[in-house]
Amino acid sequence: MNTSAEKYIRKEALPFIFCPGCGHGIVVNSFVRAIDELNIGENEMACVSGIGCSSWAPVYLKFDCLHTLHGRAIAQAEGLKTVQPDKRIVVFTGDGDCVGIGGNHLIHAARRNIDLTVIMMSNYIYGMTGGQKAPTTPFGASTKTSPLGNDEEPFELYPLVRAAGATFYARASVTHPVQLKNAIKKGMEHKGFSFIEVLSPCPTTAGRNIFSFRTPAEMYDWYEEQVVVLSRAVPEAPEGKIGLGILYEDNSRREFCEVLAERRKEAME
Amino acid sequence: MAKRKTRECGPMLMQGNEACARAALAAGCSFMAGYPITPATEIPEYLSREMFKSGGVFMQLEDELASINAVIGASWGGARAMTATSGPGYTLMQEGISYAVETETPLVVINVMRGGPSTGQPTCSAQDAVMQVRYGAHGDYELIALTPSSVQEAFDFTLRAFDLADRFRVPVIVLSDEVVGHTREKIRIPEEVEVFDGGYQGVTKDFYRPDADGVPPRLEFFTGNKVIVDGQLHNEQGLRAGTEADICTALIQRLSHKLLDHMDEIASADTYDTEDADVVLVAYGSVSRTALAAVRKAREAGIRAGLLKLNVIWPVPEQLIRETCRNARHVLVPEMNTGEYLREIQRVTGADKTSGFSSIGGRYPTPDEILTVIREVVRS
Repeated sequence: MNTSAEKYIRKEALPFIFCPGCGHGIVVNSFVRAIDELNIGENEMACVSGIGCSSWAPVYLKFDCLHTLHGRAIAQAEGLKTVQPDKRIVVFTGDGDCVGIGGNHLIHAARRNIDLTVIMMSNYIYGMTGGQKAPTTPFGASTKTSPLGNDEEPFELYPLVRAAGATFYARASVTHPVQLKNAIKKGMEHKGFSFIEVLSPCPTTAGRNIFSFRTPAEMYDWYEEQVVVLSRAVPEAPEGKIGLGILYEDNSRREFCEVLAERRKEAME
Repeated sequence: MAKRKTRECGPMLMQGNEACARAALAAGCSFMAGYPITPATEIPEYLSREMFKSGGVFMQLEDELASINAVIGASWGGARAMTATSGPGYTLMQEGISYAVETETPLVVINVMRGGPSTGQPTCSAQDAVMQVRYGAHGDYELIALTPSSVQEAFDFTLRAFDLADRFRVPVIVLSDEVVGHTREKIRIPEEVEVFDGGYQGVTKDFYRPDADGVPPRLEFFTGNKVIVDGQLHNEQGLRAGTEADICTALIQRLSHKLLDHMDEIASADTYDTEDADVVLVAYGSVSRTALAAVRKAREAGIRAGLLKLNVIWPVPEQLIRETCRNARHVLVPEMNTGEYLREIQRVTGADKTSGFSSIGGRYPTPDEILTVIREVVRS
């Protein structure tokens, strides 16, 4: 293992639960590089997750870890954060966990602007249970529970999370790990509710059921074609492409724990 | 044990719900999350101001799912943490309670019972969550449920609930009811209280290795342990072991036995005139007050009646019940449900000599109603 992996990966928890070709390992890799660059000490951060493939990520990290219930990562993270406001709390979650069963907690935590960094690995499908449709599955897509084609439209996450009150939104893709690492860093440095949507391919279920790819490599090539890294020269994604980058940051709103601290100060006077 | 000063002490007049809230602060509880629900709402209302005054955190969350989970998170953050709810709210909390049992997370839930099923009778009292408290969530487990019958007990038992939660690393339910929650009566709050502060053993990698008493040492985050807290059945290092039958068997059994093997520490009851009683009433919560009045009336009428008032109903204090009821010819269990705890008592004392008296629909039993039943069982 390389040095940052030695430093942050819990060897006794290996091997990873992730399938060959899964994007989530790249997310863990990018996260480890991000926290190494931020120089985060072992007692300065805890990682919280829900249920699903993505939610296994914190179990492999040498930090205090709350691997919670399906959909409840953000709720447990809020309790932890408010009693330990000086610590960094990172939530690892998937699209089903975060915007399906946990959708209510997501919008309310965003509304509170509580200082959590939510890394949501989106793969268009429920992977751990074997490939059922998710709130992110494209309309018409075939999955194990939509064999005739998905009859629902997927969420548009960026407007949803932003309207709910999140003050940081970035989109990244495991096909662009440096940009992913930088998005995580920026999200963690932001004081307030940070949401990082990570496109993370699931060759095993989405690749097979939705897209009919024969190999993970084929799937990654397709992802690469779908995305475009936004910049000054390309501020918006062209029609049909998915833009990657920091889509939104607002530092004017007050963070929830700071408001609580003020209430406490007033009440104790 | 550590001594803690209370903020206000002496005799006071207040509701049971307020007494629970004051006891939480006295116990050093520094986190409450909740969602408004009748008849428990006075608890979050009180703490929404007073928790901040004590330097803690109060959060009104989006639902009861969020509430119980935030409490779990706060508990791992090192806080004494609680929520309060009733009926449908407690139903929503089941997955969190199951998680807290499995991860051995100390926390306190005040459940102020109201009538069900469903929305039921929000403003009426009942004892219909007795079985739910024990069996509401999936999985084989035990937890502790305390049943206050007065405002004083609402205070005393809530205080004790936090100690039991930390001592055994388990969720503890204060199973109050609408009558206790909304009755205003005199209580005496002591100048200082003693709270459990032991159980820590420094940095470990064996987060779930039990001490000789079956209870693992207390842990909290950010103290160098790098704890893995996981709802999946795990080994002593917290690593998943969901397919390893031996490890899972041992863990499931330990989760129950860490309580069952310490019933001498957990069980609590009061007895009134049971030594020579032909009829022993077994009651808990607000109904035990009517039961006591009925027992006194029966004694005046020359009937040898007695009362076993249970202060802890889960785990079932079997030995205590068996010994107290051994010489009784009849055991009578008055309850505000259709006979939920009756089955447990019948299991312990024998179905042939044990019967129930059920008062439902929001009716609080009167002493005379219970006295009539006492006369009937004596005659039979």
